[in-house]
Amino acid sequence: MHAKITVRDLWKAYQTSDGRLSVIEGVDFEAAEGEFVALVGPSGCGKTTLLNHIAGFEKPDRGEILVDDQPVTQPSKNGIVISQQGSVFPWLTVRRNLTFGLNSLPRDEKRRLADHYAELVGLQGFEEAFPYQISGGMLKRVELARALAAKSEILYMDEPLAALDALTRFRMRLELQRILGSEQHTVLLVTHDVEEAVHLADRVLILTARPAKIRSILKVPFPHPRNVASREFVELKQKILRELGVDAGGDS
Amino acid sequence: MVLKTKILPPVALVSFLIALWWTAVAASGTIIIPSPWKVVLGIAELAQQGTLLEHVAASLFRVGTGYLLAAALAIPLGILMGSFNGLFVALNPLTQILRPISPIAWIPLAIIWFGVGNLAPIFLIFLSSFFPMALETTAGVHTIERQYIRAAENFGVSGLALFRQVVIPAALPQIIVGMRISLGVAWLVVVAAEMIALRSGLGYLIIDSRNAGNRYDLVVAGMLIIGVIGLLLDIAVRRLERLKEVRWKYAR
Repeated sequence: MHAKITVRDLWKAYQTSDGRLSVIEGVDFEAAEGEFVALVGPSGCGKTTLLNHIAGFEKPDRGEILVDDQPVTQPSKNGIVISQQGSVFPWLTVRRNLTFGLNSLPRDEKRRLADHYAELVGLQGFEEAFPYQISGGMLKRVELARALAAKSEILYMDEPLAALDALTRFRMRLELQRILGSEQHTVLLVTHDVEEAVHLADRVLILTARPAKIRSILKVPFPHPRNVASREFVELKQKILRELGVDAGGDS
Repeated sequence: MVLKTKILPPVALVSFLIALWWTAVAASGTIIIPSPWKVVLGIAELAQQGTLLEHVAASLFRVGTGYLLAAALAIPLGILMGSFNGLFVALNPLTQILRPISPIAWIPLAIIWFGVGNLAPIFLIFLSSFFPMALETTAGVHTIERQYIRAAENFGVSGLALFRQVVIPAALPQIIVGMRISLGVAWLVVVAAEMIALRSGLGYLIIDSRNAGNRYDLVVAGMLIIGVIGLLLDIAVRRLERLKEVRWKYAR
């Protein structure tokens, strides 16, 4: 398979008042076109830093990041970041949020795209609402639809569902699976929720505690839709948890 | 309900204070301080002569001109100061030095520069309303949450479009706060500014009534009219805070 994203020997350290803080030490991996890769690791391990580098928001000290074989030098519309705190613009209606960044398109086309993606993510009827009038789960839908409307080929998700309540989080996970199933995106998902990673991803990258290195890479061989209560699902989840140093018990 | 909770309490309080004023004047037998009724008669007298409207119009014209000029310069300057740190570093000390100087202190210079026509009071009102607007606008831009700027960068929105689509709407709620504070201050200094005015304005009315015959009923009439117009101006600017595009920033 063709590599959509290539990360080669990535290193990053920051100067802090307490001296040099090494955050990433030699990360290597590839994500194929259309692949869903989850990055899990202990909190503070540098997952978000790694994602910020790949998305072009930060420059590595050493190493290389390629998207479509081109070096990444700055953020681009081709890879949209969806983060925990969210960045839906509160001063725009849902519809105007969805057309944000489509400045070059004619009005009718913007509207058509906005309506299409509003419907796809289940926002129809809310197009004229302002963000403060809708729920946290709805805001995530807006953020996702905005990235899809911009025809972003890659989605960088940084704990996108972490701020939601447990029930909404689970529901949004199913929604994410459904929506992404109808589009062909390459996805990098940073999460501390191992179940979320196993539920959604084709592969799970397990990172070490800071400085981040790749500890292991596991394939998730189950077809969608996945049953989170099935034996093999639970076994894989626990295997990852053990790698992260958490023994959740169980019979496997 | 609105009548009962929002209108009745202030009306009751004001009625009580007027009654107290009336009783105090009657009990002390003062001939200098006018009773409320004398003030009403004074207002009626001014209205009959046709000078009341003239004074109000003159004051509103000066405040309006000075205030709008200040807004036209202070808001763009604040946006630039908030956006470009070099400009902020260069200009902030100067604004902090000029800000605490009372407009009254500028009166001698204002007369030298602008004479005793309309320009001198307009200049003083301009000065007094410039700084709150510039500083609130700067603060509004400084406190824009980073994720919005990052999202704009991610969607390829930069340059002028970044200002138009993100910086200005994100700072708008605080710009409106600055506009409201400034309008209050501008109206506050109208009396001082019109101490140097020729023959018109509410400030002139107050000073002239005192100087030409100790007409304290007209002095208090002028004070009350200034107060009531101040209230109306505040209500008008507060309407801006109810716009859907800015409500997200204020109390939900």
